[in-house]
Amino acid sequence: MKIQRRTVLKGMLAASAAVAAPPFLRAQAQPAPFKIGLLTVKTGPLAQGGNQMEQGILTFLAEKNNTLAGRKIDFISADTGGNPAGAKTKAQELIERDKVNIILGPLAAFELLAITDYVRDNATPLMSIAAAEDVTQRKANPFVIRPSATSAQCCHAMGDYAAKELKFKRAITISEDFAFGYEQMAGFQHVFEDNGGKVVKKLWPPLVTPDYTPYIAQIGNADCVFNGFAGSNPVKFMRAYADLGVKYKIPLLAGWTAMDDALLKSLSDESVGVISAAWYSSETNTPSNKRFVEAMQKNYLTLPGGYSAGMYVAGQCVEAAIQALGGKADDRTALAAALHKVSLTDTPRGPVKFDQYGNVIGDVFIRRCERRGGQLVNTVIKTYPGVSQFWTYDEKAFLANPVYSRDYPPAKNLE
Amino acid sequence: MSLWLTLAVNSIALGGLLFLLSAGFSLIFGLMRIPNLMHGSFFMLGAYFGVTFLERGLDFWLAALLSGVAMALIGGLIERFLLKRLSGQELPQVLLTLGFSFIIADLCLMIWTGDPWQPATPAELRGALQIAGLFFPLYRLVIVAVAVVVAIALWLLVDWTRLGAKIRAGVDDAPIARMVGIPVSRLFTLVFALGAGLAAFGGVIGAPYLSVYPGMDAEMLPLALIVVILGGIGSLVGAFVGSFVIGFLYNFGQAMFPDLAYVILFLPMVLVLVLRPQGLFGRGVS
Amino acid sequence: MKRRVPRFAAIGVAAVLLLTLPSWIANSYYVNIASQILLWAVAALALNVLVGYGGLVSLGHAALFGTAGYTAALLLQAGHGHFAADLAAIAFTLLVSAVFAVLSLRSTGIIFLMITLALGQILWGIAYRWASLTQGDNGVNVATRPQLFGISLATADAFYYAVLAVFVLAAISMAIFVGSPFGASLRGTRDQARRMNALGYNVWLIRFIAFLFSGFWTGVAGLLFVYYNQFISPQIMALQTSAEILLMVISGGTATLVGPIAGAAIVVVMKNVISAYVERWNLVLGVIFVLIISFMPDGLIPGTTRIWRHGWRALRARVALSRAGRAP
Repeated sequence: MKIQRRTVLKGMLAASAAVAAPPFLRAQAQPAPFKIGLLTVKTGPLAQGGNQMEQGILTFLAEKNNTLAGRKIDFISADTGGNPAGAKTKAQELIERDKVNIILGPLAAFELLAITDYVRDNATPLMSIAAAEDVTQRKANPFVIRPSATSAQCCHAMGDYAAKELKFKRAITISEDFAFGYEQMAGFQHVFEDNGGKVVKKLWPPLVTPDYTPYIAQIGNADCVFNGFAGSNPVKFMRAYADLGVKYKIPLLAGWTAMDDALLKSLSDESVGVISAAWYSSETNTPSNKRFVEAMQKNYLTLPGGYSAGMYVAGQCVEAAIQALGGKADDRTALAAALHKVSLTDTPRGPVKFDQYGNVIGDVFIRRCERRGGQLVNTVIKTYPGVSQFWTYDEKAFLANPVYSRDYPPAKNLE
Repeated sequence: MSLWLTLAVNSIALGGLLFLLSAGFSLIFGLMRIPNLMHGSFFMLGAYFGVTFLERGLDFWLAALLSGVAMALIGGLIERFLLKRLSGQELPQVLLTLGFSFIIADLCLMIWTGDPWQPATPAELRGALQIAGLFFPLYRLVIVAVAVVVAIALWLLVDWTRLGAKIRAGVDDAPIARMVGIPVSRLFTLVFALGAGLAAFGGVIGAPYLSVYPGMDAEMLPLALIVVILGGIGSLVGAFVGSFVIGFLYNFGQAMFPDLAYVILFLPMVLVLVLRPQGLFGRGVS
Repeated sequence: MKRRVPRFAAIGVAAVLLLTLPSWIANSYYVNIASQILLWAVAALALNVLVGYGGLVSLGHAALFGTAGYTAALLLQAGHGHFAADLAAIAFTLLVSAVFAVLSLRSTGIIFLMITLALGQILWGIAYRWASLTQGDNGVNVATRPQLFGISLATADAFYYAVLAVFVLAAISMAIFVGSPFGASLRGTRDQARRMNALGYNVWLIRFIAFLFSGFWTGVAGLLFVYYNQFISPQIMALQTSAEILLMVISGGTATLVGPIAGAAIVVVMKNVISAYVERWNLVLGVIFVLIISFMPDGLIPGTTRIWRHGWRALRARVALSRAGRAP
């Protein structure tokens, strides 16, 4: 499986050539190109997600022939290296040197947190799939819009499903020891316990854990295990979970990164039967998703997952916003406001709109992993429509509480 | 009860894999006096080679051996044409290995992409040991067996062959060894190649257990470092014992003191370096 | 005497260029790159004190860098003023440097390297794991930059001048240090530790003080970093960062003053500017370092100076960069 040739440079050259063409060659006076900057990760351990992000937006732009709502698109991709200082520098490059109209990305929560103040101070809209809760809650900022989900958005649904439909009573959570892990598990715990369940143990292996056995060995008596692993960790976790026999005793539930559709090609039989909650499913039956999945499989030989879908949807939102603004799309503050008002039905993830904090309200899918025709697929077994970041809780009450963390909500049922 | 039993057995399994990783590192460090900072990269690159061979349908053990041989060649070439130019200058050699680790990491990303790979356990070795409430994968115990076989083979090589005697002489006192006519430079190339090959072999063997992913080189290298510091530089017995000690420290430490997860391994390393730099079985490094 | 004039002329030209930089570099992005080069140059100069002049290679300096940054960021977040926060940050960093020194100076050479590596990893683990103190991988935001004599440092140009001033102070103090009797005795402990001991010098104390001096300026660089980014997270204390600072020093040239500055420029430019044009910049960075270390083991500056003076043949001559370092 080889990486595809970088098409960005070619795209950029083409776009620049179009821009540089002397006036008399152009059919009529054309507005300046609309610049989209992507903050992604191409080097280091996070490159897997970063590459997928780029693939997603490139697929969208290719489909639209690099023109959105009549504006030619100048696409610039920047590699942050997966660290906050790199994200800041590249954000500066995109805003100060390249003068982009909008930034897509970055990938990781700690990268996003390093630049939210900066994009606000420089009035540049940003659409990221980084899941940090507070970015669209207590620390919301009119320029940051999230088309994917908060860390807990899907986990709330999972907690609901586990308690009400699977009728589980005792759950053990396990996830990496960092903010994304804490927030996911907290969301699950919140809803699970509000519906009669109990979280009896919470395990937090460090982000860098070569071998999960010491943690899996501590999984005792429970009805289910909910995991929120991300990156490449889910692969070895599920293998160890199966190898140690726990898979056959205790059902495994997962967040979206742990069973992302793009990860299916790296998984094998040990993932069959795992139930996950995700905001994107490659099986969604919208026309745009069909085109998207087909293009991804053709160009990149992979099923798309959340990383690429998030950027595709972001592209769609940008197009809708430019459309809504007509000629005034260059006013970045107006662009940010327009993005908040975008409401689409035909996207790879289904209907999309945004709440007042810039976070998406969309469907969450409960899926079960199975083998179909020899391939692993995540079959959708239930859809929760119109899920917001606050689940069914009152927004004000939710925000009055502290942000989800390792200790909030407090775990009162630990054994 | 089953928790402690699982942890104990897993400690042995992890120890076995760590020995495959560290044995080469210890030899290189002992003979060439440099911590080979690309050792984790050899492990990872070897694992990726293994993944590719397995995708082509090769038998598992053949893939592991082939990967080891390929890496030994690569290691030998690197030593012969780059490290040797800096012979006598340990610091630049260490830095060269560091620079190479960046290169290899990026090459792996380019060729095998950022997606993780986990080859299936070899078919005949799937299944688990079920005793006293313990359910433990058979394959991991096989890793221990492989480690023991490799340990014996290395011991025979180092303690019972003339080549081994020359290596030991080089480890003890390289200048004097040169004076009595032992081609220490050629031994350097050989030992570096051997170390690289062992690491790669270990990478493939470990792949069904640990998976293969970008960044694993940076995770494995500190483990090799800790094992060798604890066990003693240049000592195979030390690497063997150290591997299992670290295996136990890792498993029990993670389970009992999760908050000290990062510290649990490096603190003993600091203690050893400060209080007894030669480790358990090694001779001091000047 | 003949060599002094070109050197002074070079320094003069450089000074003029640096002072007027914001006027001939139009885009604030590149001014910011220049700020980054200068702040990393301070860190590289600080590490060079130990590596180049002390012969002690440390792979744990990122921990000192990060400690200063974190201390300041957390104190600022708690509501303290910039002056107090910065002072406390430097003081705490000196304390941590002292602890590092006491533990690692029990040996030299490779053992010293590994102790500093392990200590660096321990501090990184603490920054990551002790989330109740450090906020873990969410990092700490720094709301405002300090005001120097009433002038806000919020703009790229203003911040650049502040960093330039600190850099000049650092460079001058390094020059004084290197030329002083203490600097000479440090080089003595690098080249001939046993003889120095026999002559009655307290080798350990000399190294200890050098470590503190190095830690001080590393901490200052850490402060510049946290003010530049207005954000700090545990990644800055990882082994990768220590390795990068070390590579800056080594590639530029260890026992020179200009070397670390050149090394910092190479790394910062590669990571930030070249990465916009070359997708596999990490690979190219690795290759450049391998080439520099293979063909110019004592660094880019001394190496190119040699080529300048003696032609390409000079590269084939073996240059000894033993643990003792290169005599000036």
